[in-house]
Amino acid sequence: MSTIYIDNKQYEVKAGKNLLEACLGLGIDLPYFCWHPALGSVGACRQCAVKVFKDENDTHGRLVMSCMESIRDGLHLSVSDKTAKAFRSQVIEWLMTNHPHDCPVCDEGGSCHLQDMTVMTGHDYRRYHYKKRTYTNQYLGPFIHHEMNRCIQCYRCVRYYHEYAGGKDLNVFAAHNHVYFGRERDGILESPFSGNLVEVCPTGVFTDKTLREHYTRKWDLTTAPSVCNHCSVGCNTIAGERYGQLRCITNRYNSQVNGYFLCDRGRFGYEFVNSANRITQPLIRNRTVEAVDEAVLMDHLRALLTNHTLIGIGSPRASMESNIALMQLVGKENFYQGISDNAVFVEKRIVEVMQSGVIKTASLHDIQQSDAIVILGEDLWNTAPVMALAVRQGVMKTAAHQALQNRAIAEWHDAAVKELVQQEKGFLANCTVSSSPLDEISSSVMHKAPEDLARLGFAIAQRLNMVLPVVQLNDDMSTPAAVIAAALQKAKRPVIISGAGYYNEALIRAAFDIAAACKATAEEVHLAYVMPECNSMGLAMMQASGFENAVLRTSRVNNVTAIVLENDLYRNVPAQIADVFFNNCQHCIVLDSLHNATTQHADVLIPAASFAEADGTLVNYEGRAQRFYQVFVPANKNMQESWKWLMKMQPVQTGSAVERSYHPEEVLAMGEQLLPRLSGITAVAPPRNFRVNGQPLPRAPHRYSGRTAMLSNLTVSEPKPKQDYDSPFTFTMEGYSGMPPSPLIPFFWSPGWNSNQAVNKYQEEPGGSLKNEHAGKLLFEYKQDATPVYFKDIPEAFMVRHEKWLLLPQYEVFGSEELSAYSKGISELSPSPYAALSQLDADPLSLVNGSLITVKIFEQVYELPVRINAAIPKGVMLMPAGLAGMPVMAWNSWVQIISIRL
Amino acid sequence: MGRKLLLEKAHVPGIRTYEVYRREGGYRSVEKALKTMTPDQVTEEVKKSGLRGRGGAGFPAGMKWSFLAKPEGVPRYLVCNADESEPGTFKDRYLMEFIPHLLVEGLIVASYALGSNKTFIYIRGEYAWIVDILEQAIAEAKNNGWLGKNILGTGFDLEIYVQRGAGAYICGEETALLESLEGKRGNPRIKPPFPAVKGLWDSPTVVNNVETLAAVVPIINIGGDEYAKIGVGKSTGTKLISACGNINKPGVYEIDMTISVEEFIYSDEYCGGIPDGKRLKACIPGGSSVPILPANLLLKTAKGEKRMMNYESLSDGGFATGTMMGSGGFIVLDEDQCVVRHTLTLARFYRHESCGQCSPCREGTGWMEKILKNIEYGKGKKSDIDLLWDIQRKIEGNTICPLGDAAAWPVAAAIRHFRDEFEWHVLYPNAAQNRNYGLAHYADPLPVAAKT
Ligand SMILES: Cc1cc2nc3c(=O)[nH]c(=O)nc-3n(C[C@H](O)[C@H](O)[C@H](O)COP(=O)(O)O)c2cc1C
Ligand code: SF4
Ligand code: SF4
Ligand code: SF4
Ligand code: FES
Repeated sequence: MSTIYIDNKQYEVKAGKNLLEACLGLGIDLPYFCWHPALGSVGACRQCAVKVFKDENDTHGRLVMSCMESIRDGLHLSVSDKTAKAFRSQVIEWLMTNHPHDCPVCDEGGSCHLQDMTVMTGHDYRRYHYKKRTYTNQYLGPFIHHEMNRCIQCYRCVRYYHEYAGGKDLNVFAAHNHVYFGRERDGILESPFSGNLVEVCPTGVFTDKTLREHYTRKWDLTTAPSVCNHCSVGCNTIAGERYGQLRCITNRYNSQVNGYFLCDRGRFGYEFVNSANRITQPLIRNRTVEAVDEAVLMDHLRALLTNHTLIGIGSPRASMESNIALMQLVGKENFYQGISDNAVFVEKRIVEVMQSGVIKTASLHDIQQSDAIVILGEDLWNTAPVMALAVRQGVMKTAAHQALQNRAIAEWHDAAVKELVQQEKGFLANCTVSSSPLDEISSSVMHKAPEDLARLGFAIAQRLNMVLPVVQLNDDMSTPAAVIAAALQKAKRPVIISGAGYYNEALIRAAFDIAAACKATAEEVHLAYVMPECNSMGLAMMQASGFENAVLRTSRVNNVTAIVLENDLYRNVPAQIADVFFNNCQHCIVLDSLHNATTQHADVLIPAASFAEADGTLVNYEGRAQRFYQVFVPANKNMQESWKWLMKMQPVQTGSAVERSYHPEEVLAMGEQLLPRLSGITAVAPPRNFRVNGQPLPRAPHRYSGRTAMLSNLTVSEPKPKQDYDSPFTFTMEGYSGMPPSPLIPFFWSPGWNSNQAVNKYQEEPGGSLKNEHAGKLLFEYKQDATPVYFKDIPEAFMVRHEKWLLLPQYEVFGSEELSAYSKGISELSPSPYAALSQLDADPLSLVNGSLITVKIFEQVYELPVRINAAIPKGVMLMPAGLAGMPVMAWNSWVQIISIRL
Repeated sequence: MGRKLLLEKAHVPGIRTYEVYRREGGYRSVEKALKTMTPDQVTEEVKKSGLRGRGGAGFPAGMKWSFLAKPEGVPRYLVCNADESEPGTFKDRYLMEFIPHLLVEGLIVASYALGSNKTFIYIRGEYAWIVDILEQAIAEAKNNGWLGKNILGTGFDLEIYVQRGAGAYICGEETALLESLEGKRGNPRIKPPFPAVKGLWDSPTVVNNVETLAAVVPIINIGGDEYAKIGVGKSTGTKLISACGNINKPGVYEIDMTISVEEFIYSDEYCGGIPDGKRLKACIPGGSSVPILPANLLLKTAKGEKRMMNYESLSDGGFATGTMMGSGGFIVLDEDQCVVRHTLTLARFYRHESCGQCSPCREGTGWMEKILKNIEYGKGKKSDIDLLWDIQRKIEGNTICPLGDAAAWPVAAAIRHFRDEFEWHVLYPNAAQNRNYGLAHYADPLPVAAKT
């Protein structure tokens, strides 16, 4: 700690920070643009000027940029100094000379950092009377709208896109007062992290194009804290609604998980909620399909739920509450995971490893702090994008730490750090099946079949712990194994990452063995396994059998009523197997939010609320349970949380007359009863009756407008606001107007801070944890003295088969995930089907890019254009996972090319 | 006649070729340095000479060299700044064009002193034809064993590369230059780290001006002490001045820094006076960035002393009544020149050359240009003059690199010394073009006849 004096008042501040961070951390308002807590300082905008004095006798002082000055013990500075203030307002005046002042038609208006800073400096009178410079805007794809005239040239966009996220196609062009931020020419932004530009840019240059299609000002949104449901990372989000329509997703800061950034799948994948494909009414199939109301539905269900064997099919994308409610309804022994046995086998192993408590799970924060990262057999960039971004930060930060050793330069000094680091990188070994954008920052890159990657993993573990069995490797693998092992041996905080992506269980064991072997030398070892979907980990922890077992059950018992929870089985198991299942079941009740192949088989179809209309809990890849909150009550009251429907079926099934409603925490408590493994999950968030000063928390900001007029075309008397019995929130602006505790932040706002940068005010220190942060509930416990039991059994090396290819999934950020694929922009960017293979395999067949090959998989014939990728190992064929018209769960089978059209 | 160290041989026929240059005593300093001196001794000699950087800032070259970090196993680089883009400055071009081997020779000695095995000449893009001249000279030097591996059997290796810029003035600023040389956008870096610690490609680097490096040759040849005897005070050695504007003999002159400004303007050895018997109105003695001075303050300091052509005397009086030596671009304005128009021209230049990184310079320069344009074209207001003053004052000292200052100073000095001229433009726009605004007030104190 250091003592500094700000305007003659004494403060204790953390050493090693800069003055801007110190001031903001103390709650002192100081305007800034080019500095960003995740990007550091470059001292370009000159907005954050303060006066610094030599000592207490110095009255003259010196104007400095607070973001570029280190805290020194005894330092005297002044924020309110007249020259400093005049200069800061001058900077705004400069920036405004070319700013179009088009706030009323600007999407940023009302949540704009430039507006806030302008007001903060007090600049209000224009002395500039000349023409403003103008630019031509660019088409940047379906997500980002570009309006360059509003640019204030803070360079944040380029620094974020280029340096932080590793994108290549956004840059700064031209010079002087005509610098331009955009692409070399019109075109879709290539980075899957482009959406963060919307939040990084302090003005309305880069704005959310999807929001634009149904625009609402920030102050007119009803928002709730949510959790992204498009992969297993579980990024925290804020979801906003107006007029019963979900309008946008923004980042919800959380120091342990996503920090400041989301991926584009998470940010723009929300539009499925507004899809015309939503199921809005309970439907019963008699001779025709007919829509019914709740009472009729329940009446109808009575016959199906009683005197039948109930089989419950759970879902990796449904909330814990819904899965638990289903298990409760059908009984533990009748609950099955709605995923293939192959997947269950792998995920079970993951849970077992995590449950053993030998190795700590790696949060994204841990990954960012790591000094050596090994990715073993998971295509992170596409399966857990923000984790890939965290890996990038880990690599960059390590390089920075190394470069800064013994130097009097602070870590926040981004300009100097970049200069020092140049091309240096921290250690990353990216060992996957095919190429990845992470390859270019990797010290060690390996592209092999999963078995070989597992063998590589075991070999690395063996080099770290000689008692383990020796693995015979070819030269092309034994050298990298030695290199990786050497790097891990030196590392203080290594992180090992693997996952279920290739459905290869040996990879899981190998990754564990490496992590366990690292324990001898490292201070802290972390392990992460990426899971296929947003609640895969939660479902896996429920320890039910896979879908094939359910099919077997249905073939043994008659009279089955199956209840399928939010699960398109035709995406999770091969079609033939799903078909058999539906044939075997006498009745089938399906709950889901969107029509899909599975809902076609429903005898009873029940509309499920999407995440935006629901309360629930998701367990991310770390076993971190996180609560998401209902954003709005859908116009159609039949769209209810699945768990609510399922709890309502219980009295129907048992014949008890007592009807009561349940709350999420009660359902979770039921889960703890059913499955001791879930114990603690009720602590995921404050209880529903949580109040601050006796007040509930408003979802709408106090400037919310039009409330009395919104429905005046339907009724002139203002309807009573909707009540929320399940959470501490109200659906209005009434309630506690201060800062709510961390898991309950529906929006970031503070007086004078209308943009997302208000997050500063919610943090302990800029870029640090939220005040009293409650970052979810970790369900796996690290056990200090658990002794590792190594797995040892090493798979055979991958053998190329004659004229056959091992079929593996290629994940795509856009397209592979089910729900986001129903959103317009995402589907626009998702690729068309293809089959990718190695150059070595293409040449003998004279295949070139675009040649059409016909392959037969599970009796189904596919004709696909070829993509040749030199990185793919010989004997392996990759097909995009999860795309419409692509094989399902045929991975790890061997396919044959039956014909070729060149 | 002052002593000449750099341009003495510049006009010997064929001096551009290696044979003639060598015959005239070229490359002696390389022999002397590499064979008889250690690198540190060379640096010591340069320190003793008192040589100040000729690129504009006047930082002592020997001192700069001794700051160079020398970590084990890391290459060090010497970069010659030949970006010369400051309006009024064209001395480096002259030197490189006429006597290229002098620069090559200086680079070899300096590289030896600094331990640079790869030395770069970063040359202004528009000097395309000089690239050929330099490359020719480098090839000749290499063919004759002055470059390459194991030079003169001393074990010292050196290659010199010429890199053309793309025409940005800002790439003459040393850190922007390094960025550009690395293939990046030429935005100046924030210091620290200084180039001497982390410069080109993360390695310790010295950036010196062409003239600075050429001056190393005579320093080694005659010895640092001897060199220091030329000139006065801290203005040692000779200095190239590129003179232009309203003078009879524009060109590049080598002066020892003992002559007066008056002598430089009026003597036939140098500028040869002002054409058509016109009177001197003002002068920018050190390249467009340094403050303009009206004739009275140019020839005599505020204390009434003769102003001399050296670092100390030119800056006597600070910015209130003095100016700077800068890069030696000497621009003379006669009585018919309009300071407003002149300032507008410079403002346009700086606006256009701002890299666009920091707000004061990027936005301030554009605004100043627009105001000046209005004043010049008769659309100005009186308050515009104060506004100009306010804008330039907030730019100065508050930018990442000195281009901001360089843009602010000319405007400040013009208003400081010629405010009435600005007011005339505002008040009587139609009469503005044909009036010698208060020339009596700052005209040179000497009668025309007395100038010889
Ligand atoms: C905007 C700007 C442009 C400059 N242009 C040049 C130039 O063209 N040539 C040059 O030698 N120095 C130029 N300089 C000065 C260099 O930054 C640097 O100080 C110089 O090259 C150091 O060499 P010296 O010590 O030999 O003078 C410029 C500085 C600034 C701020
Ligand atoms: S586009 Fe936005 S982030 Fe980029 S420089 Fe302009 S204002 Fe800054
Ligand atoms: S990384 Fe996953 S959880 Fe995070 S925003 Fe992207 S899809 Fe959502
Ligand atoms: S002062 Fe001007 S040229 Fe220098 S860094 Fe700032 S904007 Fe660029
Ligand atoms: S925030 Fe400090 S200079 Fe931009």
